[in-house]
Amino acid sequence: MKHYSPTQLALKRLRSHKLAMISIGILVSLAILVISADLFTALLGIDPNAVNLMNRTAPPSAEHWLGTDVLGRDVLARLLYGGRVSLFVGLTAALAAASIGTFIGLCAGYFGGRLDALLMRTTDSVLALPALPVLIVLAALDLKKIGLPDEIAYSENVSFFRIVFIVALLGWTTVARLVRGATLTIKERDFVFAAEGSGGSHFGIMFRHILPNLVSSIIVAVTLSTGSVILLESTLSFLGLGIQPPMASWGAMLTNAQETIWEAPMLAVYPGLLILITVISFNFLGDGLQDALDPRATS
Amino acid sequence: MIGYLVIRLSQSLLVLMIMSFVIYSLIGLMPGDPIDLMISSDPYMTSEDAAHLRSLYGLDLPIYERYWNWLMSALGGDFGYSRLYNQPVAQVLVPALMNSVQLLVVALVLSISVAVPAGVLAAYRQRSVFDYSVNLFAFAGISIPQFWLGLMLIMLFAVLLGWLPAGGIAPEGAPLGEQLRYLLLPAITLTMTSIGSHARYIRSAMLEVLRQDYIRTARAKGAGASRVIWRHALRNALIPFVTVLALDFGFLFSGALIVETIFAWPGMGKLIFDAIMGNDYNLALLSLMLATALVLTGNLLADLAYAWLDPRIKLGSRG
Repeated sequence: MKHYSPTQLALKRLRSHKLAMISIGILVSLAILVISADLFTALLGIDPNAVNLMNRTAPPSAEHWLGTDVLGRDVLARLLYGGRVSLFVGLTAALAAASIGTFIGLCAGYFGGRLDALLMRTTDSVLALPALPVLIVLAALDLKKIGLPDEIAYSENVSFFRIVFIVALLGWTTVARLVRGATLTIKERDFVFAAEGSGGSHFGIMFRHILPNLVSSIIVAVTLSTGSVILLESTLSFLGLGIQPPMASWGAMLTNAQETIWEAPMLAVYPGLLILITVISFNFLGDGLQDALDPRATS
Repeated sequence: MIGYLVIRLSQSLLVLMIMSFVIYSLIGLMPGDPIDLMISSDPYMTSEDAAHLRSLYGLDLPIYERYWNWLMSALGGDFGYSRLYNQPVAQVLVPALMNSVQLLVVALVLSISVAVPAGVLAAYRQRSVFDYSVNLFAFAGISIPQFWLGLMLIMLFAVLLGWLPAGGIAPEGAPLGEQLRYLLLPAITLTMTSIGSHARYIRSAMLEVLRQDYIRTARAKGAGASRVIWRHALRNALIPFVTVLALDFGFLFSGALIVETIFAWPGMGKLIFDAIMGNDYNLALLSLMLATALVLTGNLLADLAYAWLDPRIKLGSRG
């Protein structure tokens, strides 16, 4: 009889989840496409930020496969570069939020008592904030008033780091609650007592003995939240508060779509469709991973 | 029950106080200040005048003193003037709140009247094509950018077909049918994202309840399948759903901001957005605090409704 390790079993279960497997395929091909954006534009000789007002909202042609936008820029090239930004923001912000949440949840669950009460009331307060309006305020803040020097506050890439930062600032609560709950049960297990008895330090026990048991739930949470971060980024960029031009993101490409919906309806369709496909893939993948990694929790 | 109510209420008030300070500080960090705006509209103002005005309005005080002054006049009913509307802030907020409530209520009714039957049917016909469609719909709902859904609906129904207005609100005193024409697209956009997940929630709550002994008892005593499902099971499945609805309020409110902005619906969400973008500090401050208070009330109601609807829950057992 063949024996399987837990990882092999999880992979086997994941492989039987058809939608998750399709999603992996879609996400991998999207990643390859956006990474090879440079190659593509070099081959066709296109600059994604080059404005050409003589060639506005042109239909698809041999040179511009998906046509051009209201400023005469190549739509396909901008979709690829925009996808790079959207995917990268989604992954980094989700990881950053999960790291903060893991740390807070571990501390709250492991130390308990007053610290736990304080951290959990903070979590409740953050959850009580109306998320989108507060994100809009955070995105509109004047960075100079926080004390950042001019060259950072008004640099070109600041919109990118700002959005990662503010999403992480509000997004850690889900993981924190999840990790706290799991820590509460795991810290009563014998191997934790053994580690404590043999003189392990608090942080050593938290990160070397408790954290490895939580990895699978954290992976699921990160996958699911990457999707929602991409949605948030696109919403803020659409409202003109996220990624700033000339940098493209799928949401930013839709900023003026409402005004041009009469003359160039397809400009509004492509970026939104890509957001939908990407986010739904992350959600299906997260669902599949959940079933694969935690077979007891199936509904 | 009374003790529990008092504890929860005072907790919520405390959180609201802390959050109001956080929001006040954040608004203070937004670009410019009211005096900057005055300077830009008055070329004869010198920097001494500006400094004088800043101390006159108390803008040179430390943040906690400014917050305290604001709080005291706010508790006295004076929230200041709105820069964009040239009216007291409270007068701007009330009609906007009414418009938002109208939109949210229609969206909520629409969501419940589709999600509850769909969820029940999906649970009853588990693993059927219908069940899988509900699941797919739920995933699509949480994955679609709400603003893009709105754009697509505008494109289809307002631009291509020309059946419905692309945005705005019906003029005052318009007949009900006309008002509904303006409400339809925003309300659908707002609910589309939550209908699927609500149906999925009802489905799993129903499956949970249908496993219980009292359902078998009811069947054994000769109650028909439809009676058991609609009378016995649904009633118990709705208890957790009420909580979900109340907790979803914050989410719905965030959605309303997007939907109102796209459809030019003059509600709270659009007001908050316009106030932040237009440097209308007083308006932004009060509307954000009102939104926070509404979300907190939603959470509080969720807790209370849960306790009230389900007598099995022991009150005060959780902090």
